[in-house]
Amino acid sequence: MGTELGKYKVCVSARSTDKEIMWKAQDGGIVTSLFAFALEHGIIDGAIVAGPGARPWQPRPFIATTREELLSARGTKYNISPQVSWLKEATRSFGLDKVGIVGTPCQMQAVRKAQLYPVGMRDVPDKVALAIGIFCMENFPYKSIQMIVEDHAGTKLQATKKMEIGKGKFTVITERGKSIALPLKITHKYEQPGCHVCLDYVANLGDISTGSVGSPDGWSTVFIRTKKGEETWNKAIAAGCFETKPIEQVKPGLDLVSKLANEKISKNKKTVEERATFGVNKALRNPYL
Amino acid sequence: MQSFKKTLTGEEPKAAAKPAEVKTEKKAEPKKEEKPVANKITVGHVHMSGCTGCLVSLADNYLGLVKILDDYADLVYGLTLADVRHIPEMDVALVEGSVCIQDHESVEDIKTTRKKAKVVVAVGGCASYGNITRFARGGQVNQPQHESFLPIGNLIDVDVVIPGCAPTPQLIRNVCVMAYLLLRGTEEQKALAGKYLKPLMALAKRGTTACFCDLMNDVINQGLCMGCGSCAAACPVRAITHEFGKPQGQRDLCIKCGACYGQCPRSFYNFEVMDEFEGILELIDGAMK
Ligand SMILES: Cc1cc2nc3c(=O)[nH]c(=O)nc-3n(C[C@H](O)[C@H](O)[C@H](O)COP(=O)(O)OP(=O)(O)OC[C@H]3O[C@@H](n4cnc5c(N)ncnc54)[C@H](O)[C@@H]3O)c2cc1C
Ligand code: SF4
Ligand code: SF4
Ligand code: SF4
Repeated sequence: MGTELGKYKVCVSARSTDKEIMWKAQDGGIVTSLFAFALEHGIIDGAIVAGPGARPWQPRPFIATTREELLSARGTKYNISPQVSWLKEATRSFGLDKVGIVGTPCQMQAVRKAQLYPVGMRDVPDKVALAIGIFCMENFPYKSIQMIVEDHAGTKLQATKKMEIGKGKFTVITERGKSIALPLKITHKYEQPGCHVCLDYVANLGDISTGSVGSPDGWSTVFIRTKKGEETWNKAIAAGCFETKPIEQVKPGLDLVSKLANEKISKNKKTVEERATFGVNKALRNPYL
Repeated sequence: MQSFKKTLTGEEPKAAAKPAEVKTEKKAEPKKEEKPVANKITVGHVHMSGCTGCLVSLADNYLGLVKILDDYADLVYGLTLADVRHIPEMDVALVEGSVCIQDHESVEDIKTTRKKAKVVVAVGGCASYGNITRFARGGQVNQPQHESFLPIGNLIDVDVVIPGCAPTPQLIRNVCVMAYLLLRGTEEQKALAGKYLKPLMALAKRGTTACFCDLMNDVINQGLCMGCGSCAAACPVRAITHEFGKPQGQRDLCIKCGACYGQCPRSFYNFEVMDEFEGILELIDGAMK
């Protein structure tokens, strides 16, 4: 396909040099470290992150304006966190002029739509200072995560230390160190339907996007995509925030990222097409027309 | 994209951007031209029954509005702004407010607007959907006068819709710039403007009612919602919250402005425009300098 990874200037494998952040980061601690750096250097006034919510492993989007708050949001919660719901409030109630936001590829699409077609997003377009996209194959409603962890993995959400998707498995790791790996075949039916028309895997519209795929454990694959992204990234590198390796020198490398991106996009394109002839002369709606 | 920007700022298009050259070129450029800009489009603000909030939004572009009136558009009609009594011929009519059908003159005015304007833009919720001038609920009870107001699309064909209450200064600005490019630009600019305006033209064809229910019917119940949160951010009356990641609308608060549906990335999403977000945002930025 050739467009599956979106536009980017550079792609590297990287991990944070900040021990405190790495302690609880999902992968290479890219998101938290970059926001912490940007906050400290006035590149952003705050960032919309997915912090702890009312229930165990339920995310709650909020506007972090301190390093401590950023750190409280480390790690991936595999269920929906409506990040963009705070985008206008960040500029109004919170008075931020330079907003950071992290989100899935669809949320990066939402951010860019808010900038290009600000239907209700008054004064937002000029205030997005750093949008970090995270790779995403699918997401789950909260109830699904409950079923996956409690019914399939047979453990408690409260007792879960980390969840990971990778190498064809949904892995639940408990506080006591037990690791339960479920084949993704089991979890597919719990995905939210909206993900099945999604045509972006590596957050093509982030200023920077990152995920675990393509890099060794504990490292992240990072795409630097826009001028804003490049500027911030270069400053962070100069300040020693990250160790990096050329993506060509790590295993499994970009080939795997491309492969997965193509798989996702072609599967979901097929879904979009099937929706067009779903009934007898009746279509399900196509948002891309 | 480079050539869009160049022609817009009146510079000679060049083969490739060389930062160093651009700098010297800028220095050599003579002070701002004195002669009036001949190639402007003509724009009118047609005030039907609205609260003038839409006009205030247009004005909230501050220097951007001055720039628009200096370089891109002559204001040929506008209550209190242009000393013109009868609706003249114009390229673009920005219509604010719904039509009071008890008032013969209003009905005639909107029909005249259609005859005299090449492009009719419904600016804001009242012109587009009736909004608060009709029985929108929004915490109110049904009142007799609600029955007197119709969105302009019930009386004339509308070309472009800008939903929202108030519509954002930035979307009005973008539509003005794109209308200029569409009518006066190079072939390439015309193509871009056409692509940009297409979904807002499709919204005009979609109908003259809006509601939170649009999200329920055409996004959520079509299996398209992915929980980004844009709708909640867009809603001017905070009628939308998210429960377990999905929008929850208080329909009794909803004033039927259409912002949520218009902002939702799963109402319309045009890759050919969105993928170029960085260039287009720079283009609009450049046009405002
Ligand atoms: C639903 C989902 C699916 C993913 N699928 C893949 C995949 O298929 N392949 C892959 O390589 N990577 C995937 N990722 C990304 C990966 O899990 C890590 O989030 C990413 O590598 C960042 O790690 P980090 O160490 O840099 O971030 P950290 O420094 O640990 O920070 C993580 C950041 O992610 C944010 N976050 C956590 N949960 C959510 C959420 N639900 N929605 C929005 N933001 C959130 C937090 O606010 C935090 O700022 C997925 C992430 C999510 C949320
Ligand atoms: S798969 Fe797509 S739609 Fe679903 S959460 Fe990920 S980016 Fe969003
Ligand atoms: S904006 Fe659309 S996709 Fe996003 S949460 Fe609202 S309804 Fe769902
Ligand atoms: S829910 Fe809010 S944004 Fe949507 S139409 Fe109603 S008032 Fe407008």
